[in-house]
Amino acid sequence: MAPSQSASPPPELPRDPMVARRQAVMALCADGTLDDLEAVMDALAYEGAVEDLRRPETGLVMVRGRMGGDGNPFNFGEATVTRAAVRLQSGETGFAYQLGRDVKKARLAAILDALVQNPRYGREVERAMDPLRTRLAGERSTRERRTAATRVNFFTMVRGEDQ
Amino acid sequence: MYVAVKGGEAAIDNAHRLLAHERRGDPSVPELSVTQVSEQLGLLVDRVMTEGSLYDRALAALALKQARGDLIEAVFLVRAFRTTLPRFGYSQPVDTARMEIRRRISATYKDLPGGQVLGPTFDYTHRLLDFMLEANGEPPQPPAEADAGAAEGDMPRVTDLLDAEGLIEPSSASDCDTVGDLTREPLTFPADRDLRLQALARGDEGFILALGYSTQRGYGRTHPFVSEVRVGEVAVELVPEEIGFAVPLGRLTVTECQMVNQFKGSAATPPQFTRGYGLVFGQSERKAMAMSLVDRSLRARELGEDAVAPAQDEEFVLSHADNLQATGFVEHLKLPHYVDFQAELDLVRRMRAEHEANHPYPLSEAAE
Repeated sequence: MAPSQSASPPPELPRDPMVARRQAVMALCADGTLDDLEAVMDALAYEGAVEDLRRPETGLVMVRGRMGGDGNPFNFGEATVTRAAVRLQSGETGFAYQLGRDVKKARLAAILDALVQNPRYGREVERAMDPLRTRLAGERSTRERRTAATRVNFFTMVRGEDQ
Repeated sequence: MYVAVKGGEAAIDNAHRLLAHERRGDPSVPELSVTQVSEQLGLLVDRVMTEGSLYDRALAALALKQARGDLIEAVFLVRAFRTTLPRFGYSQPVDTARMEIRRRISATYKDLPGGQVLGPTFDYTHRLLDFMLEANGEPPQPPAEADAGAAEGDMPRVTDLLDAEGLIEPSSASDCDTVGDLTREPLTFPADRDLRLQALARGDEGFILALGYSTQRGYGRTHPFVSEVRVGEVAVELVPEEIGFAVPLGRLTVTECQMVNQFKGSAATPPQFTRGYGLVFGQSERKAMAMSLVDRSLRARELGEDAVAPAQDEEFVLSHADNLQATGFVEHLKLPHYVDFQAELDLVRRMRAEHEANHPYPLSEAAE
């Protein structure tokens, strides 16, 4: 048997409100396009220096599933992931890990992760992401409405119990 | 045995130039873009991602273009590319109960919590060729829309309904410490279910389909019902050491199949349905369903069934499921085997000479 990586769940973290905010920004950055993130950066007009702690780099993450959807984990297949890490002049460190191979987008996402931790920019980052949030919600709602139109009710013919 | 050969460089270069030319086809026909492939041949892209075992639509589409549409060649290109990349880690297991559903059907319950949605499906089409597509006719009608209702929480699994009544074996969620990874350690037998599912997920669709079919035809029958097939997007999360919390990486489209199979019971436990599971990248119900059939049949040992059919023989199934390994070994036969064959020639000549020495008369005469 191939003994590899532990499958234990991550340690329960205290619900740090900053963690939740960073996760929300990271999720938006992952779902958005490079254009979206550039628009956010333009809106923020951040001009401080950004140091690359880790130049954007593409690699792999082994995606796990669960047997039966809720059973023991298994390795399902890999996905390309690009990561980056930056430090702002003001000291905050930002990280990005996101699906795909867009190195520019990963670096911008890392900058936004750092900025959301900055007292001056934090709320502004979240506000600047409103248009992206709205667009993604709209697209999701359209997909859901289209899917809903294919909702089906089958009637069994044999017993006629459904009239 | 293959022995390296030298020479032929100019011919090989020219063959590759000719290949590039043939790939392009008639230059008066507009060139296919990679985004056209990923947008308009999406299910083929899904298959390359699944069997290449690498989720990246753009890469799979590029591989298909480069491979002139040869699926296994595209899988080869994708697998070769992945070897150039570092591994950042293992994701948290995706939670398919929290999938953004685009299709969900059940063959076991017509009314199930959350309902059934057909989504984009070939089911119930008449399979008539549409010559309008050939003529690049009108753009398709915009999809119909309907009220999606209030945002529901998790979409319950149909197997949960059976589980609530104790009618199906429980999923073991012991969060065991190790999860096998056949990209890190070569497969050995007996292989546990984690490794079997990994191998089946990346296995050749045709092979898995044929094996699943064989179980239906009686070679290791499992009496399957599709409890549920769902297609949609799941969020993937990774906990990088340097960050220390779950980072949302984005969403993947996956297809999941829950197969409910014949009972199993013992003196200690009353009869219960058993499970087969399939999970693949993209929208690929055929593969997910076939995988869940074969997953179930490969559980023969665990469930105390006699392993008599090919689909129950894990060594046979898992050793032959990977189309890249299979094509590598089959296709290597066309490479120069001159030395090897020369040895065979010498051997057969020597054997014939010995045969002649021992049998001075032709066989037909000797028999008289």
